[in-house]
Amino acid sequence: MGVERRIDRIAEPWGSRTPYGPGAEWPVRVDQHLEPGVDPGEPTWVETASILHSNGDALEVAVRDGRMVGVRGIARSRVNRGRLGPKDLYGWQANGSRDRLTQPLVRRRGELQPETWDVAMDLIAERSRALLGDPGPGAIGFYTTGQLFLEEYYTQATIARAGIGTNHIDGNTRLCTATAGEALKESFGCDGQPGSYSDVDHADVIVLYGHNAAETQAVLWMRMLDRLAGPNPPKVICVDPRRTPVARHADVHLPLRPGTNLALLNALVHELIANGWIDEGYVREHAVGFAELERRTRACTPEWAAQICAADAGEIRAAARMIGTAERLLQTVLQGVYQSHQATAAACQVNNIAILRGMLGRPGCGVLQMNGQPTAQNTRETGANGDLPGFRNWDNTAHVEDLARVWNVEPLQIPHWGPSSHAMEIFRHVEEGSIRLLWITGTNPAASLPELHRIRSLLDRDSLFLVVQDIFATETTSLADVVLPAATWGEKLGTFTNADRTVHISGKAVEPPGAARPDLDIFLDYAERMDFRDRDGAPLIKWHDPESAFEAWKDCSHGRPCDYSEITYARLRETAGLQWGGERLYADGRFFAAPAECETYGRDLLTGAALEETEYRALNPAGKAILKAADYLPPNELPSAEHPLLLTTGRTLYHFHTRTKTARAPQLQAAAPDVWVELSRADAAARGLAEGDLAEVSSPRGSVRARVRVCGVRPGVAFVPFHYGYWDHADGHDRAANELTITAWDPVSKQPLFKAGAVEVTKVADAQGEVAPAPTTTASQPLAEIGRVTTGDASALALETLAS
Amino acid sequence: VKLALAIRQVREAETQLGAELGRIGERHRADHDVFHLSHTLIRLHHANLEALAPFGERYGVDVEPADAEGGGGPLARARERMSELAGRRPEAGLLLLRDLRHLHLLYAEASVDWVLLGQGAQAVRDGELLAVVEECHAQTLRGMKWTLTRLKTAAPQVLAG
Repeated sequence: MGVERRIDRIAEPWGSRTPYGPGAEWPVRVDQHLEPGVDPGEPTWVETASILHSNGDALEVAVRDGRMVGVRGIARSRVNRGRLGPKDLYGWQANGSRDRLTQPLVRRRGELQPETWDVAMDLIAERSRALLGDPGPGAIGFYTTGQLFLEEYYTQATIARAGIGTNHIDGNTRLCTATAGEALKESFGCDGQPGSYSDVDHADVIVLYGHNAAETQAVLWMRMLDRLAGPNPPKVICVDPRRTPVARHADVHLPLRPGTNLALLNALVHELIANGWIDEGYVREHAVGFAELERRTRACTPEWAAQICAADAGEIRAAARMIGTAERLLQTVLQGVYQSHQATAAACQVNNIAILRGMLGRPGCGVLQMNGQPTAQNTRETGANGDLPGFRNWDNTAHVEDLARVWNVEPLQIPHWGPSSHAMEIFRHVEEGSIRLLWITGTNPAASLPELHRIRSLLDRDSLFLVVQDIFATETTSLADVVLPAATWGEKLGTFTNADRTVHISGKAVEPPGAARPDLDIFLDYAERMDFRDRDGAPLIKWHDPESAFEAWKDCSHGRPCDYSEITYARLRETAGLQWGGERLYADGRFFAAPAECETYGRDLLTGAALEETEYRALNPAGKAILKAADYLPPNELPSAEHPLLLTTGRTLYHFHTRTKTARAPQLQAAAPDVWVELSRADAAARGLAEGDLAEVSSPRGSVRARVRVCGVRPGVAFVPFHYGYWDHADGHDRAANELTITAWDPVSKQPLFKAGAVEVTKVADAQGEVAPAPTTTASQPLAEIGRVTTGDASALALETLAS
Repeated sequence: VKLALAIRQVREAETQLGAELGRIGERHRADHDVFHLSHTLIRLHHANLEALAPFGERYGVDVEPADAEGGGGPLARARERMSELAGRRPEAGLLLLRDLRHLHLLYAEASVDWVLLGQGAQAVRDGELLAVVEECHAQTLRGMKWTLTRLKTAAPQVLAG
């Protein structure tokens, strides 16, 4: 037995420290939260992993009398060693929420009416068949998520690409992880996370670029905190315009002006080259493109970047020296890069730094191009986003023929005239009326896409038949023609993979509510009604349940970099998580980049123009890593007299996406109940604004009302969290951050820019004793005392057990 | 020398590209990537003209960086608004194909003109001019490849619709 502590994990989100030194094993700490009155010996425990972020923390759900009554971390998991973040500890309560969707709804005379599954599914199949006849498969689109299971995505991708034969399939992963995937493809020829979370155990320098790990991957941050509390801690560099918990622990904090990441990164690379901090042997042996990279960054001095980024040249130099002299360098990247201007070019520069320094494939030497969502990795792997299944290259005839063999269909049936349509393009086709059936699964674009007035109006088009499959009523279901109630995590069996390639099995703990069905069952039902056939006339979908779907996926992934063929459900149950590809990719300096093997022939980082196969063969005949570079460009929308501040949007520790789950966990909801806007002291003072004042934030596209938090965000920047829409808000469209955001995306990864655009903040009313509903424990920590701190009530007490 | 002729030719092609990009960006405001990328490319063509300017002096041609920024004014904004509305009609896709095709052909012309200037620069042993031609031509090819990529993406939906 170990030492037990009961703590409020709302007030202490990262729990107790278990310090450890470089190369040591991360100590176990088991976190648990149970409903009052439940004895841990009493319930049955069902294994799964976290579903409210991308970290993939292994956990067990406690079940008593057919109900979820709590969770605890799994000590033997390589990912979390028993720990859980606040969202995992409390978020499970949403499953049992009384307002779950429990039966299909069909719009009749303008109103959504309850219907049977038969009627709802027949309606969808009927409409699909009609559109397939005229005008054809291009009239049907799928917009999926990063929250279903692998088996479901693979089934969905097979239906869309081989059954319907449409190129319009993408996930909301386009919003969270598209740049991660694209940057890996551009640098290493293929998707696949090079590093591993265990690199934290060994690193002597950790750089976090636009990655507020403390709030996005709380358990990964605990691992970093434990290294920082132990002997010989790593140095930390933080690139973030906000004073995040990461920034507060950093040796160097670079609070850049939003939209200037590439300028900083070009300067860092310039410094590495100018000071000879590069592993010339590694670069010569394992990379191409050095001359071009050197040329592109020659003029990018720290002074040049300092001007653009509004940062200190000395600090940029200090960061470059730390990176340049690190012995074990770990770099992590997230939305601060991915959702910003020139996203892919910047993310590729991070990869370039790892290549230049030969910091790949060894303990502590890694790159973590993170994901935002729990199962986004599977969306990418299975081809439910912009890529073909198994990281196959749409532009490589042999890859398409191989996929056609797996599915036993004609190669021409699978659209491969280009990459599949990215999300913003799918919505554009809805707007101009050429997509007439859109099937949305597990995501809420009417709150989560940029420029919401546009999204609402196009989803509301008469020409569109909108199917929405979800677990709660949302802003998006309210626009649907058919609503399908889905089962979620804990109510169905399946697998999913986290950001460091760890595959988990997720068991069925409880029955779904009412008539809700697993997404897999819904897709299988649709395939049957549509009677999709292979080229021999046999059913296209040859599986019938999660495990047979997994076995089919194993065939599809066999021989590809994301090869699952050695993994079985039984092994996943034994191990509490297995990594495909081993602990680290590229240990031997070999990449999946040979022309016959690579997932893409690459794109121009400035414009997104596609390279032809011949160009790729000329550039990279031997399949080495590719050093790619682009010049810095100013952002699409610059501050003006009317809108002098730069907008950045993002998440807070306590919530996920549009809060459909986290707002239904009382402890999480209370910790951050409503929207706020963060300003620096100078910007607040210049507008006569103080803590708690009600303000209007306006952009050329719309406006929202929010209370002001004066905190450590850099001057010239306003931050608004994106979680707060309208499903639990009485009236008007004055709350969602995406009323403000601009419709623009990175030309390479097509990831929308949520950290861009210009705004002004003006006062509406005095605080009158109110404070902003923002947490005090996070990046939104106020600069001055505000007379309130974020804590939980008695129900937030969780148990920690530390190995003694 | 007749090099002046080749410089003038490049200048005209690059100026025309800038102006055409401005117009096409405006007209396809509802295709947001086209709108934003047109501004990126205009910037490249502007830089090309600037890089060429000293050689205009050297060979006696006027190479003022043309005012090719396009957009920004109230009239342009009104046109953009119109195009946003028009962008919701099914013909928008066909118009986009037509405009990008036109743009691609202009790029092909500009590319040929850079090649000719490069050949001339070699013949008169002007190494400086040759270096500028190589850099600028690469930027123009970038735009040319982009138009082709974008055409290939847009065509299937329009043509099968």
